[in-house]
Amino acid sequence: MKEGMTRLYNWYEMRSIQYAEQHNVDLQNFKPVKMGVEQEDGSLTKIPPPEEQEFLDEMDIKVKKYLRGGSANLEALRDKKLKGQLAVREELYGKSAKAAVKIEKWLMPSEGGYLEAEGIEKTWRIKQESIAREVDLSSSKNQYDIVLPDLGPYTLDFTSSGRYMAVAGRKGHLAIIDMMNMGLVKELQVRETVRDVTFLHNEVFFAAAQKKYPYIYNRDGTELHCLKEHGSVLKLQFLKNHFLLASINKFGQLHYQDVTTGLMVGNFRTGLGRSDVMQVNPFNGVIALGHSNGSVTMWKPTSGAPMVKMLTHHGPVSALSFHSNGHLMATAGTDKKIKIWDLRKFEVLQTLPGHAKTLDFSQKGLLATSTGSFVQILGDFSGSQNYSRYMTHSIAKGYQIQKVMFRPYEDVLGLGHSMGWSSILIPGSGEPNFDSWVANPFETPKQRREKEVRSLLDKLPPETIMLDPKKIGTLKPRTKRREKRSKEEREAEMEAAVADAKSSVSTKRKTKGRSKPSRRAKKMQEAGERAKRPFLEQQKQEEELSKNKKQKISEQSEQLPKSLQRFVSKKAGS
Amino acid sequence: MKVQVISRSTDEFTRERSNDLQRVFRNFDPSLRTQEKAVEYVRALNAAKLDKIFARPFVGAMDGHIDSVSCMAKNLNHLKGIFSGSMDGDIRLWDIASRRTICQFPGHQGAVRGLTASTDGRILVSCGTDCTVRVWNVPLATIMDSDDLSDNSAKESAVYVWKNAFWGVDHQFDGNLFATAGAQVDIWDHNRSQPVNSFEWGKDTVISVRFNPGEPNILATSASDRSIAIYDLRMSSPTSKLIMRTKTNSIAWNPMEPMNFTAANEDCNCYSYDARKLDEAKCVHKDHVSAVMDIDYSPTGREFVTGSYDRTVRIFQYNGGHSREIYHTKRMQRVFCVKFSCDGSYVISGSDDTNLRLWKAKASEQMGVLLPRERKNHEYREAVKNRYKHLPEVKRIVRHKHLPKPIFKASALRRIMGEAERRKDERRRAHSAPGSMPKESIRKKRIVKKEGSLEKEPLKPLISCLKL
Repeated sequence: MKEGMTRLYNWYEMRSIQYAEQHNVDLQNFKPVKMGVEQEDGSLTKIPPPEEQEFLDEMDIKVKKYLRGGSANLEALRDKKLKGQLAVREELYGKSAKAAVKIEKWLMPSEGGYLEAEGIEKTWRIKQESIAREVDLSSSKNQYDIVLPDLGPYTLDFTSSGRYMAVAGRKGHLAIIDMMNMGLVKELQVRETVRDVTFLHNEVFFAAAQKKYPYIYNRDGTELHCLKEHGSVLKLQFLKNHFLLASINKFGQLHYQDVTTGLMVGNFRTGLGRSDVMQVNPFNGVIALGHSNGSVTMWKPTSGAPMVKMLTHHGPVSALSFHSNGHLMATAGTDKKIKIWDLRKFEVLQTLPGHAKTLDFSQKGLLATSTGSFVQILGDFSGSQNYSRYMTHSIAKGYQIQKVMFRPYEDVLGLGHSMGWSSILIPGSGEPNFDSWVANPFETPKQRREKEVRSLLDKLPPETIMLDPKKIGTLKPRTKRREKRSKEEREAEMEAAVADAKSSVSTKRKTKGRSKPSRRAKKMQEAGERAKRPFLEQQKQEEELSKNKKQKISEQSEQLPKSLQRFVSKKAGS
Repeated sequence: MKVQVISRSTDEFTRERSNDLQRVFRNFDPSLRTQEKAVEYVRALNAAKLDKIFARPFVGAMDGHIDSVSCMAKNLNHLKGIFSGSMDGDIRLWDIASRRTICQFPGHQGAVRGLTASTDGRILVSCGTDCTVRVWNVPLATIMDSDDLSDNSAKESAVYVWKNAFWGVDHQFDGNLFATAGAQVDIWDHNRSQPVNSFEWGKDTVISVRFNPGEPNILATSASDRSIAIYDLRMSSPTSKLIMRTKTNSIAWNPMEPMNFTAANEDCNCYSYDARKLDEAKCVHKDHVSAVMDIDYSPTGREFVTGSYDRTVRIFQYNGGHSREIYHTKRMQRVFCVKFSCDGSYVISGSDDTNLRLWKAKASEQMGVLLPRERKNHEYREAVKNRYKHLPEVKRIVRHKHLPKPIFKASALRRIMGEAERRKDERRRAHSAPGSMPKESIRKKRIVKKEGSLEKEPLKPLISCLKL
């Protein structure tokens, strides 16, 4: 090896020596610093102090949440470069998850609510009045009843930040209320039946399902659009990420309309009759409909047939709600049952007795059920998805609750009923810490405008609605194509089968005349033919198939002028 | 009974004064962000599209030469200056920022074929077909105040007339030697009128020479006998030589990994070699449809630019088989020389149409001062695009490059030809005795033979002034 080349070889080595010289590192006596306790056999074990150990254990559990699933199996990879890159990436994911856990532990500005019983108290016996006495003044303001007896049963909707509430009275009363200062933003009377109301992407626009058509209004009460194609709608839902307004009308038709372009994305007949139970699964954007035959169907805007059709109750489904993690669904039927379903396996997890006219999951996973003038809150405290009674509340007798809905980022449950609307405190129901970039209750108009632009840029196409949204961004697994066997191979196989069958013909001597050579030859031939039959049948089938194909192609080509016939694709028949 | 509910006071969550920044609170809980993967995917798709929309790589043309530009030289000490030499013997110093000539160096009688500047940027060396090597002092004053429009022309400090025409010149890094390529490789000193050393290996003309940036005494040359040779100035004989099937037009060393170099070959490909192991290429960079004329590495060593006879400039990753970018305009003719700017953000090409052209190294990069938030946004877009680059929709957009029709057709033709060759090879292999036709990778296929000076008798240097 030449001197010059050797020097090139040593280029990196030289660099490190230079580094050592510059930084006064003693290369001979350099050893990496070890931390921990060295055991007798020389192995090293880390022994952190007990409180730190506790923190580490706690962290491990929380890191899982931020990791969003397990790591890829890198051992199976043969591409070393890719393996290295992915290993680095995995390490980064781990680091960011740990950072997120630390932020969650130390930097969150507010604490979650809770309700604990002491002694023989039971949480479900604790009244709203006694909670009001304990909590601070600003929170106790969230307990109120608004009585508007004339404009008839009310339904309500919150914006995603929980700042604004839209209420709609059956007799045409629409109002938007700022929940922060309890101020009325706008109130209007449309003088016809209003069945449902929903906010669009922010508090500036809302849609109301009125007698004949749904309408879109802005915050000032100006009617912007009349959506005639939807017909007389019973229930409205808005898909925030996709900017789709979904509605189910009297005839059981499901409509999806893109509110940014006005395009009708989907228009499907459910074929299961009138239904006014509709809920969107926030996890994947799938819309679930509850039907009068007790089934629940799940829809996406890109297919005319339901993705899932499940029989949930013996009798009409009366209410439906999804947990925000997308794994749980609660349904209530007129068969006096409330069922909690695991959506990953489509299995019942729990069946609870009771009617429910309306259901709602809170951000923290509490389930509000209500019938008549009675509200019950169920909670999952064992951590094993076993819902039990947490709180109860009764409003004035005779008031029929129309809709319950948890206010996001607050420990508040809104109730729309026949005599107005009410609000009660449910400690521990809301997410205590909001993210300013996701939903900000303290949003300024400028921030709102900015967010509107940003969310329009991130608008998802309707194709992204699917049962498992984690599939997005993954590659389709390669499917093995079945190899077509050649004619010789098939014939050889047939020969083998025939020979096998012939050899299995017994050569036992039987009574006189029955094992004559001619008889035996005949028997052999019969056995051979019997063995041949399945092969021949298959061959015949294949031939017929190809014949059909050819016929189709020829039919197609016949329709064309003669000059174009030679361009007909050979594969067109399939 | 113990009870607590969420209670937020407005003061804690809003700004105090109107000129404060708005308060921002983060919660990274995945359950708050529904369909985050789909959102990220849409962002990746949008980022890929935006990249194509913002791709405006052409910055401007520098015209002034009256014959085709044959060579260029960077001034390592001055970012916005570049020298160019043309076929009519004109040498110019350009100010890239204002795209004007700031100085001319008249003197050459024939075409200028080689141009190089010393590492300190004070001395410019040119050589050409008029058998002269000219050494110029670069007027530093004109570089500094390039505002005066008066036609500056510099006078050469030395002219050395020699026996043969020259094809290339390169200056040593951090030294005062330079090497010229012609009938042989000559090593010159600034202060001597004759070469201090001369190497010859084979009888053919040497057409390019390039010094190693890491080890100043090593240089690589390519010759018209299709060879690439590596010389060490401290030894009397060349080190190693490699003969390929086709001629190598130019060589560039990787400045960050100085044992590696890339050769721009006549067969439309570039070959990256490890100088210590010349028996196979480390990487073959394909995409050009005609001879690659010149090559230059980015100072980061991560990518290089090539100019080709097919009228395009391409940018390759140092380890990528296909080009990242292709630049072309209607008016750009055969490209004879390309250079990466010293900050790695621009590419300069000189072509047959007498113009120098200035391109952005990243076609969609935003020029000018970036605010930190803008920069973060760009980084984010780059990251999501990189994350989803394997998905068909994103890949399709990222890979799509609009090609001029002749190049599109030529590349299709080349593909067909390559496929036919492969098929023929396969059939030939199938019909010959097993093992008699071993498969040869493209990295080895184009190498005819490799010679080391150990195998052959060392050549005595023709002249050795140093020993006098």
